[in-house]
Amino acid sequence: MATTIVQPGGTPPAITLPVNGRPHHTAGWWGMVLLICTEAALFVFLLFSYFYLDAQNTTWPPPGPPDITLAVINTILLVVSSVPARLGMKSIRRDSRGGLSVCIIVTMLMGIAFLIIEAIEWSQKTFTPQTDAYSSLFFTITGFHYAHVTVGLLMLLVILLRNRAGHFNARRHLAVENTMLYWHFVGVVWLFVFTTFYITPHWWR
Amino acid sequence: MATATIETRLHRLWETPNGLYGFLASTDHKAVGRRYLVTAFVFLAAGGVEAMVMRAQLIKPANHLLSPEAYNQLFTMHGMTMIFWYASPILSGISNYFFPLWIGARDFAFPRLNMFSYWTYLMSGVVLYTGYIAGVAPDRGWFNYTPLAGPLYSPGLNENFYCIALLLLTVSTTVGAINFIVTAFKLRAPGMSVGRMPLALYGTLTASFANVFALPSLSVSLTYLYLEHRFGLHFFDVAAGGRPLLWQHLFWIFAHPWVYIIILPALSFVSMIVPTFSRRPIIGYTWNALGVVATGVLGFGVWVHHMFATGLPPMAMSFFMAGSMAVVLPSAISIFVWLVTIWHGRPVMSTAMLFVFGFIFLFVIGGVDGVFTGSIPADWQVTDTYFVVSHIHYVLIGINVFPILAAFYYWLPKITGRLMSERLGKWNFWVMFIGMNVAFFPMHNLGLLGMPRRIYTYQAGLGWTATNVVVSIGAYVFALGVLLFVLNFFWSLIDGPVAGPNPWDSASLEWATSSPPPPYNFAVIPTVRSRDPLWEERLGLGKRSEVFEGPVISDEEKVTMGTTPLDGMPQQVMRFPEDSVYPFLTALSLAAICYGLILGLWGLALGGAVFAFFFVTGWLWYAPQPVEV
Amino acid sequence: MWLAMAACARAPSTLGSASQPAHQLTVLQWWLIIIALAVVLIIGVLLLIPLRRRIRTVADAPLTSGGTTTPIIIGVVISAAILIFVFIYSAVVLVDDAKPSTVPRLAVKVTGHRWWWEVEYLAADSSNVDQDVMGANEIHIPVGEPVRILGTSADVIHDFWVPQLQGKIDLEPGRTNVFWIRADKPGRYRGQCAEYCGLQHAHMIIWVVAQSRPEFEKWLARERAPAPAPATPLEKEGQQAFLSAPCVLCHTIRGTGAGGVLGPDLTHIGSRLTLGAGTLTNTPGNLAGWIENAQSIKPGVDMPRLDLPPATLHKIIAYLESLN
Repeated sequence: MATTIVQPGGTPPAITLPVNGRPHHTAGWWGMVLLICTEAALFVFLLFSYFYLDAQNTTWPPPGPPDITLAVINTILLVVSSVPARLGMKSIRRDSRGGLSVCIIVTMLMGIAFLIIEAIEWSQKTFTPQTDAYSSLFFTITGFHYAHVTVGLLMLLVILLRNRAGHFNARRHLAVENTMLYWHFVGVVWLFVFTTFYITPHWWR
Repeated sequence: MATATIETRLHRLWETPNGLYGFLASTDHKAVGRRYLVTAFVFLAAGGVEAMVMRAQLIKPANHLLSPEAYNQLFTMHGMTMIFWYASPILSGISNYFFPLWIGARDFAFPRLNMFSYWTYLMSGVVLYTGYIAGVAPDRGWFNYTPLAGPLYSPGLNENFYCIALLLLTVSTTVGAINFIVTAFKLRAPGMSVGRMPLALYGTLTASFANVFALPSLSVSLTYLYLEHRFGLHFFDVAAGGRPLLWQHLFWIFAHPWVYIIILPALSFVSMIVPTFSRRPIIGYTWNALGVVATGVLGFGVWVHHMFATGLPPMAMSFFMAGSMAVVLPSAISIFVWLVTIWHGRPVMSTAMLFVFGFIFLFVIGGVDGVFTGSIPADWQVTDTYFVVSHIHYVLIGINVFPILAAFYYWLPKITGRLMSERLGKWNFWVMFIGMNVAFFPMHNLGLLGMPRRIYTYQAGLGWTATNVVVSIGAYVFALGVLLFVLNFFWSLIDGPVAGPNPWDSASLEWATSSPPPPYNFAVIPTVRSRDPLWEERLGLGKRSEVFEGPVISDEEKVTMGTTPLDGMPQQVMRFPEDSVYPFLTALSLAAICYGLILGLWGLALGGAVFAFFFVTGWLWYAPQPVEV
Repeated sequence: MWLAMAACARAPSTLGSASQPAHQLTVLQWWLIIIALAVVLIIGVLLLIPLRRRIRTVADAPLTSGGTTTPIIIGVVISAAILIFVFIYSAVVLVDDAKPSTVPRLAVKVTGHRWWWEVEYLAADSSNVDQDVMGANEIHIPVGEPVRILGTSADVIHDFWVPQLQGKIDLEPGRTNVFWIRADKPGRYRGQCAEYCGLQHAHMIIWVVAQSRPEFEKWLARERAPAPAPATPLEKEGQQAFLSAPCVLCHTIRGTGAGGVLGPDLTHIGSRLTLGAGTLTNTPGNLAGWIENAQSIKPGVDMPRLDLPPATLHKIIAYLESLN
């Protein structure tokens, strides 16, 4: 797994270097890290809006602190789903494609469960996105997160298909690394969204 | 002999095929750069024509040339075009063309993403101008304050065009910024440690980081506004618990860093031109580099100075006043770095250097009149008047357009292979410089005389009339100067002297290859061991870098050298993807989503999203490639 | 030279301050102007001096190296000193400007509308609006006394700015910004909306009239009174015509049946300086043009095109002009 460095004039090669070295050396990994930076900034500004309007309004949230049952279940689901994601990465590092597929499927199932429970929680709300600024923020920010989980699931689907097409092995699996990194990020962001919407109203009142 | 063969093979490997497919599928960063430059220049021309029409309306009091609707769309489109679709993309154009050349690489880290960035930029501009052609262009000013821009006071599609066109542009700018950062971190030539990077990198890199962290704020505010318009949500509406000031905070948290995003790369281009035409290396390299980075960081802490008149508590505002004063200092560093370098060198007054001199002068004016806006009590008098209009133009023309023209006179010979006329260039400079100052210096005075900005007409007898005539004349003279540049450019293409690889005897790597460079940029990946690789022997440093000889990386695959982020030590060989139409198709799908969202055609938006998913999947679908040993 | 012109023109100039608070801002501005010109001059000269050593082409002189960064450090230190001075000076002015030296006896509520100003005088204890003194597009104040202004908006963001009296302050919906103005010389001071507020942002002008205390009291007493009864038959017919026209849907004339609240209160329209928020001077001819077709004068304004018969119009003008 190395390429020759050709010297002009046919002199023997001076050094050899690996092609696309370890994942965190690659451009692709750096690209994903920066994408996560900009996405994290996006959520910072979304949550900034929440706290800004929280500070500006005397009654907040207007319908009272939300019920946290479903959200707690969802939080556990999403946090725990990082475990199969992590195990999947370990599998492919050991060159186990079958293990990777199983782990991706388990992660996806947990992600889908998250989306279903989130949809149930939305349907149980007594307000709509159009009710007031709080409800708009609630649906917009959880909706943004919902979209991120959906994108994460699509990414998982693509690496599942690519894995079945035999694209990955112990040395070449950058797409897996990046997808799992993104999935972990989606989970971590949820913790901030959860704390903001479900914990702070109980805390401060 | 052997070298010639290698070059032929590299050429075959890297060249873009002819025809429509080649045009759409190309990932060559030089093609991306050229397209960015041409497109941004077209937007400059469009914004310029809009300005000319506005100045015709304002040349006399109580003029009826334009209706208020027409004027309001004009000044909004002028601002948006110049700030978003010209000022940043033109810098991206130069950086796209030269980034790999500056660092001794063969392309960007993500060549396909690079072309995608261009296509989305083009599509976003097309989306915006569709609105203008349809008569529903944004008309609430480029910073678009709510509730004026909200659904209640701006029914109609105008605001949908504002939100969605800008959102698409943020996609383009964000992926471009990520590409710049990764390329600068991973693809520098061996030996090019951070302390040896060309100064141009610092500006573009800082601006890219600012983009990564500031653009999401714009995306958030645009999303809110769009949801208010299309779906009746509430974010800025007091009756429903929202606040108009939320828009202002989010917008300026983005837009003040944006000011630095559109000037820092330009400043750092100047830091490349000054040493060449002072015949010596820059003095204060580290100061300059750190100053640029410091500006980028401090730029995130001054946004409230756009809101000094909103009635925020004075104590809170004072912090931002201090920040606004502090952010001046790094710019002062840059100015003194250039001054000291020029003093210690032997200046050559080429057209490029003339533009640099003009720029420094305008930069100082744009800096000191900016202090007025940073001082809270002074800002209470000058904000939202022609004083600020003057300031913003000294910043955007003085610190963006002038350095860009200096960069054109300096680097276009590298792109086209031909020199521009120095004689016409000097005419070009003087006409623009005089036009600029005649147009914009008196605007300070209009502001101090109490003329608010964004008024479509004004009454006679207020002491504003004569000055407005002068301003309009100055604007037309300035436009004439831009025409002289276009003339010079086409003359150089037809009849310009051949430039040769290094017409200005410069020090950096882009001058170590032919003009225009071959598709693969460098046959030999240079090894860099000083800041001025092409000068080091004559500077008495001895020969250290290996620029023209040294290892050739594989001529059988599209690859370049991957190095470590700080020290630039060789780490790996990086493969490049083949040309692909997927970036273009993805951008096209995004444009479809945009039109769907603007017009409320949800089927179109959904269809675009489905197509985008498949195109991105195709784009990323790499089968494992055989690796030769 | 431009600046000198600024000082003496008849413009609503920030440099021609007519009050102590605005004067402070003017002095600050002059300091900044002098510093700015000095900096531009010094850097300009520093830039031109090395031209003595210029060469014609890049090949004309060998490369040099060496040099010192000391001048950069000196330059930055001087710049920092200037900026610290500007900061401290600005902070002092900021603190000074926050409160008037004497407690204001008068408070006025200014509400921005698209595109006119609603002016209400507050009761002596500032607790609530004095319902009887409602005006539009001009504020009368006693000379030499601080007046508190409570600024807000009924629709979009506007900005209250009378350059000769005080810096500008935004009028925002859902929020009241409190500030103060003072005029040290009697006279009329022009102000204009400074925050882009849509179609007719250009025609949103306010006048501040500073009068001696007795004159001001007289004006206030007259404003407080209901509209004078029509004196001549023509005015009487005018009143009838007004009350049976669509005018009453939007306008109030206290003492008559007209009680609309969308447009400016017309109880004392005859005494106002301007029409259409400073768009026209208040003359019978202009008033007629305005009532007939305000849309041709200030396109987009809420006042509809009425197209009254000339005879009716004539009567209404006579009546409105009598409302002093």
